[in-house]
Amino acid sequence: MTKWMRLLALVAVLSLVAAACGDDGGGSGGGSGDGGSVTSDDPDDATITTVGEGEGEVNIIAWAGYIEDGTTDENYDWVTSFEEETSCEVNVTTAGTSDEMVALMQEGGGQYDLVTASGDASLRLVAGGTVQPVNLDLVGSYSTVDERLQDATWFTVDTDGDGTTEHYGVPYQWGSNVLLYSTDAFKGKAPDSWSVVFEEQTLPDGESNKGRVQAYDGAIYIADAALYLKATQPNLGIEDPYALSQEQFDASLDLLRQQRELIGRYWHDAFVQMDDFVNGEAVVSSSWPFQVNFIEGAGKDFSSVVPKEGATGWADTTMMHTEAPHPNCAYLWMEHSLDAKVQGDLASWFGSVPSVPAACDGNDLLGAEGCATNGIENFDQIEFWRTPQSDCFAPDSGEVCVPYLQWVTNYVAVIGGR
Amino acid sequence: MALSQRDRRNGFMAGVSGFFYRHPWSKLLLLLLPAVLWLMGLYLGSIAGLLVNSFWSIEEFTGLIDRTFTLSTYRDLFEPYNRDIVLRTFFMAAAVTVACAFLAFPLAYYMARYATRRGRFVLYLAVLMPLWSSYLVRALAWRQIFARGGVLYWALGKLGLDGVLDTLVQAPVVGGSSLIASKISLFIVYMYLWLPFMILPIEAALERVPGSFLEASSDLGARPGLTFRRIVLPLAKPGLIAGSIFTFSLTLGDFILPTMFGSSEFYLGQQVFTQIGVVGNTPLAAAFTFVAMAIMIVYLTIAKRAGAFESL
Repeated sequence: MTKWMRLLALVAVLSLVAAACGDDGGGSGGGSGDGGSVTSDDPDDATITTVGEGEGEVNIIAWAGYIEDGTTDENYDWVTSFEEETSCEVNVTTAGTSDEMVALMQEGGGQYDLVTASGDASLRLVAGGTVQPVNLDLVGSYSTVDERLQDATWFTVDTDGDGTTEHYGVPYQWGSNVLLYSTDAFKGKAPDSWSVVFEEQTLPDGESNKGRVQAYDGAIYIADAALYLKATQPNLGIEDPYALSQEQFDASLDLLRQQRELIGRYWHDAFVQMDDFVNGEAVVSSSWPFQVNFIEGAGKDFSSVVPKEGATGWADTTMMHTEAPHPNCAYLWMEHSLDAKVQGDLASWFGSVPSVPAACDGNDLLGAEGCATNGIENFDQIEFWRTPQSDCFAPDSGEVCVPYLQWVTNYVAVIGGR
Repeated sequence: MALSQRDRRNGFMAGVSGFFYRHPWSKLLLLLLPAVLWLMGLYLGSIAGLLVNSFWSIEEFTGLIDRTFTLSTYRDLFEPYNRDIVLRTFFMAAAVTVACAFLAFPLAYYMARYATRRGRFVLYLAVLMPLWSSYLVRALAWRQIFARGGVLYWALGKLGLDGVLDTLVQAPVVGGSSLIASKISLFIVYMYLWLPFMILPIEAALERVPGSFLEASSDLGARPGLTFRRIVLPLAKPGLIAGSIFTFSLTLGDFILPTMFGSSEFYLGQQVFTQIGVVGNTPLAAAFTFVAMAIMIVYLTIAKRAGAFESL
C-alpha cells in the first residue's frame, strides 16, 4: 500500500509540475507578442462571400464612448436598434490605448470579432495577421464613405502581392488634433500658427508664453514638431512627419528642446489638461476636439483652431479578427456602423468627424454646423497618426527612417531636460 | 460483499493515515505545497522572468525582442537621460522618507505616550481615514489646492504673501513655472499620501518602549535630549525603518503622481510603464525594475547592519 501511495503522490506532484510548466509556456508565448501564433490563412480563404443569419452576438473592442447603447445618455444610442433588427447582441470591451487594443486582439483569438483601431495600431494588426480583409461587396454602404478615406493607407494593404490592395476594415470616425487657446490671453484673436507653442513670444495679453504652454507627453507628438518644421524650414525636406530621417528627427528634437523651456507641464490626461486650462495653469496647447467641446460647453473662454501649418490627427477603422467567432454579426455591424444616423450621432457624442459625409446633414444631435465644428474641412491639412517604422512605410525604397522606439526614448529625454 | 468493500475502504484510509504517521514530513509538505508553489511559481518565477528579460535587448529597427544574452540594456541605463530618471526618483524617495519621518515621529510619540485611550482612537482614525478614499481622489484634491486659481494662491494673496510663494516656486532645481509644475508640489503630495505608513509603525514601536526605561534614564541623570538619543530613538528604530521601507518603496514605484504634479519629467515607475505599455521594450523596463530592487536590497542590507531587524 505504501508503495502505491508513493506512486500516487509522485503522479500528483508531476502533474502539478507539468501544469505549472504548461502555464509558463503559455505565459511566455503570450508575452513574446509575435503575431505568428495567430493563424494567418490565405486572405482569400478568410473572407466570406455571403452574410448569413446572425449568430446572436458580436464582441467589439472599442474606445470608451465609441459604442453607446443609451445607458450614459438616452439620446445617444446606436446599439439598441441594431440588436432589435439583427438579434445580434453587442458586447463591448473598452480599451484605453492602442497598445491595449493590439494586445487584446492578439490574445483574444476566437473571442473578439471587431476592433475600432487607430492608425497607430491598424498596420500592426495587419502585419501580425490578427485581422482579415473585408469583403466590401457585403458592406453595401461602403460607397457612401468619404472618398478620401475609402482607400486610405492605414488600413489598405496589398498583402497577397497581386497588385490590388485588400481592405482590412471599414472607416469609423476621424478627427484632428487642434490648437486650444484661451480667448482671454489672445484677446479674441485666434493664433494662426503653431509657433505660439514652439517659440518664445509675447502673447496679445502682453505677457510671455513662457510657462503657459502645454504639449502632449506621448512620443507621437514629435510628429507635431516635424510638421511645424516642414512649413518653417523647407530646407530640411520633411515630406511625411512620421517618416523622418535622422537629420530631420534631430531637428525636430532640437525644436522640442527649445519648447521644453516654455512648458510648465506636459499633458497626459484629457481631464487634467482641462483642469489646467480652467485654473489658468496653461493658456495654449495642442489638444483634442474632445477637450474643446467639453470646456466650451462649460461656458469658459476657450476656443480652438487648426493653424496654417496643418495638424496631426487620427482615423479609426473597424477591423475584423482573423478568428472572429461571429462573422455574420460582424458584417452586419460594419454595415450598421456606416449608417448616416449612427455616424452623425457618434460624431456629436465624441467630437469626431463622420466617415460618411451624408451624416453631416439633418442630424439633430450634431446640428447643421457640427461637422464643420469638428473639423471636416481640415482633412487635407491633417497628417494622420501612423506608427513610425524604420522602412519609411516604403519597404523597397531603401531609405531608413527613425523607428518609433527611438521616438519614445528621445522624447522621454527631452521631457527630462536632456 | 458490502462488508468487504468497507474493509477495503478502511484499509485504504488506514493506509493513508499510516503513511502520514510514518512520514511526518509528508504532511508538512502537503500543507506547504500550495503556498510554496504560489510563491515559487508566481512570485519568484516572475522575478526570474524579469531578470532574464533584462539581459535581452530590443531590436531597434523592428522593435522585436532579441533573445540573446547582452548587457546592452544595462548599459542603456547609464545614458544621461536614464541616469537622470534613476537619480531623480531616488532623491525624491529619500526626501519624502526623511520628511515623513520628521513629521510622523512627534505625532507617533504623542499617540504612544500621552494620548488618552479615546484620544488615541481618534488619532488612529484620523491617520487611517485618508486611506479609505481613493488615492486618485486625494491626489486630484491637492491639484485644486495648488492650482493657480486654487485655495492656496487665493489665501496667500489675501495675506499679501503670494510673492513669497512665487519666489519659492522659482527656486532652482526644485522649482517650476507654477506650484503644480514644480517638484515641491509633487514632494508635498507624496509626503501626504505616505505619511500614515510612517506614523503607524513608529507608533507601534514606541508603544513597546516601557515608561520605566525613561524614568530610569532620567533618574541616572540623563537630560531629555540624551534620553531621546540613547533610549527612545534606538528602541524606535525598527518602527522607523519599517516605515521608511514603505515610504521609500512606494515613492520609488509610483507612476501616476508625476503625470499630475511636477514638470512632467519622468520617474522610474513611469518609465517602466511607458517602456512596457507603449513601446514594448520589456528588457529596458525589466532593467529599470532591477534598479529599484537593487536600491531596496542595498537599503535593507544597511538597515540590517544597523540592527533594525534584531527586535523583530
